Amino acid sequence: MQPDAARSKFRLDLFLVPGFLILGFFVAVYEAAQSPDYRMVIQAWTFMVCMAVAGVWFLRRYGNGVPEDERGAYQNDVIKAGVIAAMIWAVAAFLVGIIIAFQLTYPNQMYIASLPYFNFGRMRPLHTSAAIFAFGGNVLLATSFYVVQRTSKARLFGGSLAWFVFWGYNTFIVMAGTGYLLGITQGREYAEPEWYMDLWLTIVWVGYLLAFLGTIWKRKEPHIYVANWFYLAFIVTIAMLHIINNLAVPVSFMEVKSFSAMSGVQDAMVQWWYGHNAVGFFLTAGFLGIMYYFVPKRAERPVYSYRLSIVHFWTLIFIYIWAGPHHLLYTALPGWVQTLGMTFSIMLWMPSWGGMINGLMTLSGAWDKLRTDPVLRMLVVSVAFYGMSTFEGPVMSIKTVNALSHYTNWTIGHVHSGTLGWVGFVSFGALYCLVPWLWKRQRLYSVQLVEWHFWVSTIGIVFYITSMWVAGIMQGLMWRAYNSFGFLEYSFVETVQAMHPYYLIRAIGGVLYLIGTLIMFYNLIRTIRGDVRGAEPIAASAAAAAA
Amino acid sequence: MATDKEIDSHSGTETTGHEWDGIKELNTPLPRWWLTIFYACIAFAVGYWILMPAWPLANGYTHGLLGYHQRDAVMADIGKLQSFRAGEAAGLDKDSLEQIVASPKLLQFAEAEGKSVFGDNCAPCHGSGAQGSRGFPNLNDDDWLWGGKLEDIQHTITVGVRSTSPDTRQSQMPAWGRDHMLTPAQINDLTEYVVHLSHRPADAAAVQRATKLFADNCAPCHGPEGKGSQQFGAPNLTDNIWLYGPTRADIHDQIWNGHGGVMPTWGGRLSPETIKALAVYVHSLGGGQ
Repeated sequence: MQPDAARSKFRLDLFLVPGFLILGFFVAVYEAAQSPDYRMVIQAWTFMVCMAVAGVWFLRRYGNGVPEDERGAYQNDVIKAGVIAAMIWAVAAFLVGIIIAFQLTYPNQMYIASLPYFNFGRMRPLHTSAAIFAFGGNVLLATSFYVVQRTSKARLFGGSLAWFVFWGYNTFIVMAGTGYLLGITQGREYAEPEWYMDLWLTIVWVGYLLAFLGTIWKRKEPHIYVANWFYLAFIVTIAMLHIINNLAVPVSFMEVKSFSAMSGVQDAMVQWWYGHNAVGFFLTAGFLGIMYYFVPKRAERPVYSYRLSIVHFWTLIFIYIWAGPHHLLYTALPGWVQTLGMTFSIMLWMPSWGGMINGLMTLSGAWDKLRTDPVLRMLVVSVAFYGMSTFEGPVMSIKTVNALSHYTNWTIGHVHSGTLGWVGFVSFGALYCLVPWLWKRQRLYSVQLVEWHFWVSTIGIVFYITSMWVAGIMQGLMWRAYNSFGFLEYSFVETVQAMHPYYLIRAIGGVLYLIGTLIMFYNLIRTIRGDVRGAEPIAASAAAAAA
Repeated sequence: MATDKEIDSHSGTETTGHEWDGIKELNTPLPRWWLTIFYACIAFAVGYWILMPAWPLANGYTHGLLGYHQRDAVMADIGKLQSFRAGEAAGLDKDSLEQIVASPKLLQFAEAEGKSVFGDNCAPCHGSGAQGSRGFPNLNDDDWLWGGKLEDIQHTITVGVRSTSPDTRQSQMPAWGRDHMLTPAQINDLTEYVVHLSHRPADAAAVQRATKLFADNCAPCHGPEGKGSQQFGAPNLTDNIWLYGPTRADIHDQIWNGHGGVMPTWGGRLSPETIKALAVYVHSLGGGQ
């Protein structure tokens, strides 16, 4: 630790990070004072509060010298912060999801004309962004910072840089979420935040890349572990996607509105190139990074195949980036682009499944642990859902299938088998591992509560995806049904009415999923407090403690 | 690093010899089935590229051996449908509404088309079963604001009501209360009078007071007996069918504010043949005259 100790005499980051916070604060002060747009004023005040909170926190942490956490082998506090943020955002995201599910089920009762802030159109991006970017993003921040340190045998690069990433990223989340409710949106799916939030996220993301790459750079292992390839692919590609998709010209630097640099079908194509790769590199590559560390760690077995990990990594990232056009089949998009989107999606099937094989087969020799360790079971079931949705995806990209499935609830079901089943469960599994490890607890507060979480949420997912399959296929068939003269059999509103029972089942599935998440929240809080629930089966406790 | 390689006791496979935080990796070869399916998917893609438009070139793109073009395919499908329907479509075009209704085949066709067109254009206001809702007439009953004959319905659809069409069906009930044309007391009396018209118990004194008021102000459109007039789109007030609600509060509100709904003009948006089909469909719903 000699070189590290020497470097800690002068910490550039302790000047740069507060510098950025102060700069951000004063830009926001200027906006708040000058902007004619009340929404921009509210956003500016929100940003000022976020910067002030981060600044005060920074002073408290570093005011009395470099804290213990940044002098040891690994920096853990920022990971703890990410874990707690992820837990909170998960509950918020799923709660909003349930609200919009009930808005679709009972549109008349759930519509309040005097409260436009809570209309479906504003709540829906709030749900998707909270789930993907707030919950998923904080899980990725926390796990990537954890994994890259352990597998590189190096402390995080940049000292407080990781903290800048944490506060900056969560500021972005707060700005985006409150902005949606105010009606601020670019109208680009999964990229709704307006130009000034995009600029801020770009700065934060560069910090993330530096912190991650810097840690890999100073690693003490000869090779870079596979999980870090996936994390790095996620960080680099999201940077590229984010910047290109958000190229826009603001109406004025004092107003929220901007216009895209592209137009027409090119704009749509860029949007879905971004949109699909947000799924591919945020929700797939990033979470495969989690899988590659936590599954072998928890199962205490070697990764099934190093060669497969190489081949499926490179094929996955090469092929995924082409698959976006399958969101625009049978539109004004030129036929040749549609062909490429569909065929690359089909070729993507096996590269995706490479990750599933490596995840599942790593269990070989440890399958018995599934009986006793619900955390491992959660991780493994997540991989199974990953396999299912990455098979369903290529199937839905086939033009003839897409002609039926497109614009229907089948797509919603598909996305949620990926997000609830794969992203959610692999994240929960990682959180259940991380909390006892980070807070140095013998074991989780209660393994039986993990069992409850597992089963309640799994049943919730089953409700969700089966109802959406039935609803989606029925919807697609109703849209295309025609009578003997070739006239449409059903009006649009009839197909909407037909959705009602399925929307209700879906909403109930969502409620179950949230109940499972609340159980986890309680369990993890008790674990953090150091509580242990007595009288639990020894095998279960032992399995948890073994980690 | 070669010395670090070891044989995993469970699988009998060699590890790569690296270790990260306790995690090792087996050097298992790629699963044969995995590789086979991957190659098969690539082969499918290559075959698809050869047959279909696929790769961009400096000047255009590869068109593929099948010469498939999405727009051509759509146009061909539409052409097929048009030729399949050619006989009936021609009938709808040249025959009068009465002739269409008299021909079983044309009637069936017109009702099928009308139902479909109604679902996508009319149902948002009139309801998917044409049952209507507050401010939007029920089309299943025999109470017609602007006439329930085939030609009346066709004309109403074509020009709309209080629409942007120069020929629109036009009338406006005054806002007797809002515009201070009658006093609140007079409107209270008129409300009782209208309740009385629909054969319900009402305050006799108020009805007595309102008799002349009704004759002077309301009868010009609604008729001396309140039976309405299709010339002005004035509803029949005696049949207990209410566009803006049956209660005293509803009736009072209507006299006070004089609501009048808008129906768009569909001429120019739907073809004349389509409007014919729609008129036949609406006429067939049960209340056609």
